[in-house]
Amino acid sequence: MRTYLLRRCLYMIMILLGASMLIFFLYSLTPGDYVDNNMNLSEQRKAELREIHGLDRPIIERYINWMANIFKGDFGYSLAQQRSVIDLFQDYIWNSFLLAVVATFFTWFFAVVIGVLTAYKQYSLFDTLVMIGIFAAMSIPSFFIGLFLIKVFAVDLKLLPPGGMITTGSRAVGWEYIKDVLHHMLLPVAVMVMLGVGSLTRYFRSNMLDVIKQDYVRTARAKGLKERSVLFRHALKNAMLPAITLVGFELPGLFGGSIIIEKIFNWPGIGQLYMQSFTVRDYPLLMGFTMFIAILTVIGTLISDILYHTSDPRVRL
Amino acid sequence: MKSLLKINNLSTHFHTEAGPIKAVNDVSFRIGEGETVCIVGESGCGKSITAMSVMGLVEGPNGRVVNGQILFDGKDLLQIGKEELRRIRGNDISIIFQEPMSSLNPVITIGKQIMEPLMLHQRLNKKQAYARTIELIELVGIPRAEQIASSYPHELSGGMLQRIMIAIAISCGPKLLIADEPTTALDVTIQAQVLETLRQIKEQSKMSMMLITHDLGVVAEMADYVIVMYAGKIVEQGGVVELFEHPKHPYTRGLLKSKPVIGQRLEQLYSIPGQVPNPLELVESCYFHDRCESCLPVCHTRQPQLKKSGDGQQVACWLYEEEAQYE
Repeated sequence: MRTYLLRRCLYMIMILLGASMLIFFLYSLTPGDYVDNNMNLSEQRKAELREIHGLDRPIIERYINWMANIFKGDFGYSLAQQRSVIDLFQDYIWNSFLLAVVATFFTWFFAVVIGVLTAYKQYSLFDTLVMIGIFAAMSIPSFFIGLFLIKVFAVDLKLLPPGGMITTGSRAVGWEYIKDVLHHMLLPVAVMVMLGVGSLTRYFRSNMLDVIKQDYVRTARAKGLKERSVLFRHALKNAMLPAITLVGFELPGLFGGSIIIEKIFNWPGIGQLYMQSFTVRDYPLLMGFTMFIAILTVIGTLISDILYHTSDPRVRL
Repeated sequence: MKSLLKINNLSTHFHTEAGPIKAVNDVSFRIGEGETVCIVGESGCGKSITAMSVMGLVEGPNGRVVNGQILFDGKDLLQIGKEELRRIRGNDISIIFQEPMSSLNPVITIGKQIMEPLMLHQRLNKKQAYARTIELIELVGIPRAEQIASSYPHELSGGMLQRIMIAIAISCGPKLLIADEPTTALDVTIQAQVLETLRQIKEQSKMSMMLITHDLGVVAEMADYVIVMYAGKIVEQGGVVELFEHPKHPYTRGLLKSKPVIGQRLEQLYSIPGQVPNPLELVESCYFHDRCESCLPVCHTRQPQLKKSGDGQQVACWLYEEEAQYE
């Protein structure tokens, strides 16, 4: 286990090194930069600005500088926002994380429960109705569902706010603030769950269908166990194993934000900031964020490998 | 001998698009208290489905017991509720399956899997259940019980796993143990050990046993009474000594003839010609007629009934029916 972890960490460093090169060179070799964006600047002013931001240096030198700063925990300085990238992350990522973590929890919860039940009652009326519902939810684009729900719940029924994270001008603190945020979260989380739950339910349903046919499930029934323990203790434990791979991929998703959902519901998350930065070619922020996601992805896969080891006794590391 | 299990006219069918498959077709037999009954026959002749019908575990959305009675201790298992049947399963009737490697849950420790029925049916607490588990593992002849209890199925060999299955099956002191080809998947050397374990436990606990097998050596070793099944029907049944000495049905004779005998030198072992018929194409006839050496004209058109013939033996064959001779 220890040698495995050591070797694994070595690989991680190499992968991240490769990723950092790709990210840096792809962004910095793209023609144009933040300074080019402003049409009103004179050529002389542009050159001055480039010198200030270090954009006139050789590309290798810039890369080494960038990497050295990242090792110090400094992901660069956003030109558009005039703040350090890390500070911006602090402000925006937690908003996105809040949405994502609640939505992911409910998505997995519903997917597991519905997946198990539909597999258990395969081809029943319930199964058929759920499958129709899932395909419907999966095939409607998120912006449509989002706008539709805003129209129904916010505009027509006036039950929920149409967007934002807190009521405009609100100075609520403590419990009132939490209630306000929860109120605003309801619609975006509902849309995210609706979009995510479909494919995951189908995934759990098919895993569960495989497991239910196994001999050990028959043994569990033959032991006289209650149907609930047969399904949730004996079958689900095995059906969850392949899903561990997905857990690793969820990690960057938790922090990555959602561009479309945040845009529709005007949620102050990292997805929106990312989109804005693209339009003004704020490369330091874009590079910093992409690198951050890369690090999370690598850590996520490591976590899922370790989870595999702890939950499946047959897996040796 | 008092009957523990009495099966009357049991029929279990599987509905397929091509029509119903009569996996078990009007089967009746009884198992007395403390008796070992062997069901023999080729693959696909309904032995396992008979066992699963008794357990109420006929699988798949298409399989169903369509007719009959399964009287266990005077109660009809087909009439009682699901919940009552669940309480009998693993407690009064338990089963050992053919494949020990896949019959245990790969992600739960052996100990926990043995403890489960103890805690459920016997209402033992965790500590008592664990103590009993250790006893059971030792009882089925595995040393280092504590270490085994904390290991996972993939860490044990097939023979050990089958012993664990036996330990689970006998944990609640069942009145009837069904063993569905318990030694088929094991090495020959291990087979004898597992059978010996089963026999010892049976002698100690006086339980009845329904042993399903296609190995006549196992039958001779274990059985008091033998039932021969072919294509979902019983073709012959009787005490083990009578049946081995005077097999009546041509199928039984064929089975006994195809058994290798130590010391006998043959170029080729005997085998019954032909194949088990396709269950979808069965029509009113003796199902064995196309493989039978002494087939009569009547065998093609009418099905023989299971009738007493001689000393306690029953056989379903036109050769032993007087009326058949005149047709």
